[in-house]
Amino acid sequence: MVSFILPPAPTTDVKTTYGQEDLIKRSASNISPPARQLTPVAKLIDVSKCIGCKACEVACLEWNDMRTPVGVNTGVYDNPHDLTPDMFTTMRFTEWVNPESKNLEWLIRKDGCMHCADPGCLKACPAPGAIVQYSNGIVDFDHDKCIGCGYCVKGCPFNIPRISQVDNKAYKCTLCSDRVAVGQGPACAKACPTQAIVFGTKDEMKKHAEGRIKDLQSRGFKNAGLYDPPGVGGTHVMYVLHHNDQPQIYANLPNNPRISPVVELWKGATKYAGLAAMAAFAAIGVIHHLVTGPNKVSEEEERKAEELAGKGKTS
Amino acid sequence: MTNSWTDIKNTDLVIIMGGNAAEAHPCGFKWVTEAKANRGAKLIVVDPRFTRSAAVADFYAPIRQGTDIAFLLGVINYCVQNDKVQWEYTRNFTNASYIVKEGFDYNDGLFTGYDEARRDYNRSTWDYELGEDGFVKSDIDHPRSVWNLLKKHVSAYTPEMVERICGTPKDKFLKVAQMISECSTPTKTMTSMYALGWTQHSKGSQNIRAMAMLQLILGNIGVRGGGMNALRGHSNIQGLTDIGLMSNLIPGYLNIPTEKETTFDQYMSTRGFKPMRPNQMSYWQNYKKFFVSFLKSMWSDAATPENNFAFDYLPKLDVPAYDVLRVFELMHEGKMNGYFCQGFNPLLSFPNRKKLTTALSKLKFLVVMDPLQTETARFWENHGEFNDVNSGSIQTEVIELPTTCFAEDEGSLTNSGRWLQWHWAGGSPPGENKHDTWIMAQIYLRLKKLYQQEGGAFAEPILKLDWRYKDPGVPSPHELAKELNGSVLADVPDPNDPTKMLLQKGKQVVSFAALRDDGTTACACWIYSGCYNEAGNNMARRDNSDPADLGTFGKWSWSWPVNRRILYNRASADLNGKPWDPTRKLLEWNGTTWTGDDVPDIGPTMKPTEVGPFIMNPEGSARLFTRGMLRDGPFPAHYEPFEAPIANVMAPKIRGNPVARVFKGDMEQFGEAKDFPYAATSYRLTEHFHFWTKHSQRNAAMQPEFFVEISEQLAAEKNVKSGGWVRVWSKRGSVKAKAVVTKRIQPLTCDGKTVHIVGIPLHWGFIGETKKGFGPNSLTPYVGDANIETPEYKAFLVDIESIPGPVA
Amino acid sequence: MTAYDVERGDGVHPGQPVKVDRYTAGARVNHWITATCLVLLALSGLALFHPSLFFLTGLFGGGQTTRWIHPWIGVVLFFSFAGLFVRFWRANLWASEDGTWMARLADVLGGREERLPEIGKYNAGQKVVFWSMSVLIVILIASGILIWDQYFAAYSTVETKRFAVLIHALGAVAIICVWIVHVYAAIWVRGTIGAMTRGQVTGGWAWRHHRKWLRELVGGGKKA
Repeated sequence: MVSFILPPAPTTDVKTTYGQEDLIKRSASNISPPARQLTPVAKLIDVSKCIGCKACEVACLEWNDMRTPVGVNTGVYDNPHDLTPDMFTTMRFTEWVNPESKNLEWLIRKDGCMHCADPGCLKACPAPGAIVQYSNGIVDFDHDKCIGCGYCVKGCPFNIPRISQVDNKAYKCTLCSDRVAVGQGPACAKACPTQAIVFGTKDEMKKHAEGRIKDLQSRGFKNAGLYDPPGVGGTHVMYVLHHNDQPQIYANLPNNPRISPVVELWKGATKYAGLAAMAAFAAIGVIHHLVTGPNKVSEEEERKAEELAGKGKTS
Repeated sequence: MTNSWTDIKNTDLVIIMGGNAAEAHPCGFKWVTEAKANRGAKLIVVDPRFTRSAAVADFYAPIRQGTDIAFLLGVINYCVQNDKVQWEYTRNFTNASYIVKEGFDYNDGLFTGYDEARRDYNRSTWDYELGEDGFVKSDIDHPRSVWNLLKKHVSAYTPEMVERICGTPKDKFLKVAQMISECSTPTKTMTSMYALGWTQHSKGSQNIRAMAMLQLILGNIGVRGGGMNALRGHSNIQGLTDIGLMSNLIPGYLNIPTEKETTFDQYMSTRGFKPMRPNQMSYWQNYKKFFVSFLKSMWSDAATPENNFAFDYLPKLDVPAYDVLRVFELMHEGKMNGYFCQGFNPLLSFPNRKKLTTALSKLKFLVVMDPLQTETARFWENHGEFNDVNSGSIQTEVIELPTTCFAEDEGSLTNSGRWLQWHWAGGSPPGENKHDTWIMAQIYLRLKKLYQQEGGAFAEPILKLDWRYKDPGVPSPHELAKELNGSVLADVPDPNDPTKMLLQKGKQVVSFAALRDDGTTACACWIYSGCYNEAGNNMARRDNSDPADLGTFGKWSWSWPVNRRILYNRASADLNGKPWDPTRKLLEWNGTTWTGDDVPDIGPTMKPTEVGPFIMNPEGSARLFTRGMLRDGPFPAHYEPFEAPIANVMAPKIRGNPVARVFKGDMEQFGEAKDFPYAATSYRLTEHFHFWTKHSQRNAAMQPEFFVEISEQLAAEKNVKSGGWVRVWSKRGSVKAKAVVTKRIQPLTCDGKTVHIVGIPLHWGFIGETKKGFGPNSLTPYVGDANIETPEYKAFLVDIESIPGPVA
Repeated sequence: MTAYDVERGDGVHPGQPVKVDRYTAGARVNHWITATCLVLLALSGLALFHPSLFFLTGLFGGGQTTRWIHPWIGVVLFFSFAGLFVRFWRANLWASEDGTWMARLADVLGGREERLPEIGKYNAGQKVVFWSMSVLIVILIASGILIWDQYFAAYSTVETKRFAVLIHALGAVAIICVWIVHVYAAIWVRGTIGAMTRGQVTGGWAWRHHRKWLRELVGGGKKA
């Protein structure tokens, strides 16, 4: 068996598209538990196998029928320089000198949506159904419903979504939900020549990662590990890192990502307390009026005014 | 490749040196990751730059470009000194024990017989001593045995000397040497992956030889997970060499006769290939069968025994070869007036662009056949500083014939592993684009008509060319492929049973074993024979079964020769025919015949104790000492590039390779280290394929702009900022580029001197979707390898300065 | 000497009843533009504030329109309110009687104005509304620009934006509460709304609620 070819994406759940019955989370909505549970899937990016060839980037552009502008060189290999509404994934190159071995390590991390189990974008989104999470874990944007407010950008602990200046909608990696729905893996994984990107069920991916980590440890990377951050409930895009003890060396991969407490406060207490405060003010007015009745001017006060005005000059 | 891409997964150690597989061959590199992931294989990268391959390597050692021979001979010396030699293999399968003629020697960087005036050797002493029986004498303990000469030759390359020449820190060199030497056991193998990083030097052939010798003494040739694996740069560049597009070759690595070989007999007299050791197969003894079958395939009925199968129709070479450097030299001298440029972009591909532009400007006509717009086709067009020519003064008539892309036609592509993989058209050609075969056929038919109407000197080779295609205007890929395979022209009765036919007229031959020298068979390329026989189009086979699970894939496509997947595979078993490593069994002698997963590289019933595994050599063994077959020495020796930052510490008076050809006027164009202090090298990037993908918007976005790479130290010295602009110039030209300042390039200390490296990638030109830029060939010297003239792109000298950016 | 709280256009017309000019036509137009903006901002803002109010985007033609129109209304409000600020800031400066007024808030809420000191053009409550509005609008426009991603996304970090969006939400809640107080007071104190519709109040209204101002007007403190 050619062992790097992993089992195909779960095909038992195959259906041409995902529908409302597959949602476990829906932005700005309360929904009932899904009618069926899809097998949780995951993409595993083995940074130690990545050669930074950018085939995944081009495959992503091809599959999503996008073009990203020809930029300039800025003294690094990072082109395009950042994620954009037309670039869902990009390689981030870091030249890192290992302080222990004094050897240079060229760390190449494929950046893109992590598909958090607890997605900050979804939490922040005000438009019902614009961001959804399927029961297989994929977090997807529904562009028909997106209003372009950019709240998802603020909600995301990984700085992933980008708002298009063309149609004012938020864009990010879909984990190729359209491919996964029909039993295919994501385009990037398909294009990856070294199988640094693999795709399957989350359990399979974790198991595969264990083998990779053991191999890395045998090669002297004693802190090799799986990046599946619990702060966001785990992710459906995971990394194998040679230095899992310091994810920040991989172009600022967050050490312990979680939805910002500021966002939690905004989308939590503020939302309810705010409505309550406004309601309270309105209610107090009504009650006050009922209790005290209107504050009216009396006839006598009118006369007093006439008297006062009479003393003065007439106009 | 001696082995195949898929076989790399069987290795224990990958050494990438003289190449950057992850960068330039990312798809094939998957088999390295496979070996690492499943066999626990280690990866070593030795390169002047910390490359994308180095990014995933277990060990990286820096080396100054152009010093690979010193490094590799240093490793051989290490193996010899530490007795890390696969002795049974070396003794029995190589020429280690053969005795060399008296008089052969090596002193002051030169072998016996050097003639400075001719820049060439008299190679008469570079040969074996023959016994009275006519066979080579063999005694490994003899003072002039190949082994003892080799031992002496490599002894100068101590770890200290390697550090002094290569700049590789001694501890790193020793670590690499130690890791490599572990593969001298019969059960551990190393694979060598190399590419243009070794070929594009004035001693490119010897770079590769040095590694081949190391692989031989480690017993790594002919075994699974071993071999010398040249990573070919284009999807069909292997096919190009196989089919003989080299000016001195005809298909299947047969030679074009020279002008001294005026008759068939004269030509054949040096191609007898009599065995040099008893019982040896010496396969080239069949040369005549392949050659005659080739002539029959060219001229068919016009090639008769009476006219020596139309031997006279073949052109005869007046020079060793019309390589690209010579062609442009002739153009530059005004001696070549017309140029057909098919699928090539020489203006960016060949060295010393200024000279190229002058040369192209002297042409009367230039025909460019290419699916894409090329700079060559527009060499006359002014593009500001990117192509600063005076269009009005150029009289060359340029004709562009748009051709099709690989995805728009059908045919076979030969990959690095010698697999001929048939492919089908994925789309129709756009606009007026035509298949190359259509264009070539049309040109031929028109020429023929002109000859028919007007006559002309020596018209026969054109008029009598066998052109029996269904539609003469468009030979089909199937017709051409069948021609390559070869067919039977006349019935050949079985000599043992006249009622039976050995060969039946009109049938495809089964393989080159059926070819004959009496004119009864035709075959355009003997090594491709078997690709399209009576079993059908074997190149189109798509059965990916692999019974041994060792990456053989014997039923997937077809591999030359005769579907053999690993060359010299008989060497995978010991003298008695038992596999060196039973877990990676390839072939095994069962007492009467060879069995196993691959097609044996030896007669299936030839006894292992009698016939050596290297059947293409008349010795039957592999050569650690190459006799006079390479112009620059029977052993590799360290020579500096023609432009080097330090003098040759082994032989300070020798500049470059002492026998490399230098045209008049080009020597003066070499720069000196005092004027051009920095060691430059050129290379490709994974985001692009040569000059093609700059036409693709998406590739262009991935790597948009020309840049050069320098170390942080050099940047600080020269006040260069990363992302800022620099000018880089050599004695031959100047380019402007963005600067990438990186830790991946480190200054080296060579012979006590700090050597800074300047890296110059090559994908930019003045047309396409990317930003306009330059190529390194504006800077590179006009000199090639001493044997095959591959230009020295990988090591040259430049200077660099920070400049203000262009005003937007 | 002109009293600090008598503004241009304020004047008294004796008669039965006495009519007092409180707001010029310009001030009224300015007010109602501001008021309209504030209401639209509240509606569009609330639509994006709580999922249960997202339906309010329908008033604006959908979520996308609501998203882009909200900040532009904010800009209009900001400049419109700036006009009100220029008109009214002097009259809203704190006066000595305002402290007493505040101290007797129970009497204020109970409608027992006879127990309160004589008040100028604005009482302390109105001044608090005015200054609250002023401060909150500055906070809202500043935080709003930070999260106006269509044009200003590049000028601040995501972390700054997170704080900005929280502050914007809190500020909006506060300003809506202030607005409720403002509107309720205008309804509760009968005769007030005419000041912003016709520009006039009755003499009795002025006598009852802003007697000091009335005296100043009658006393010739009228601005030219």
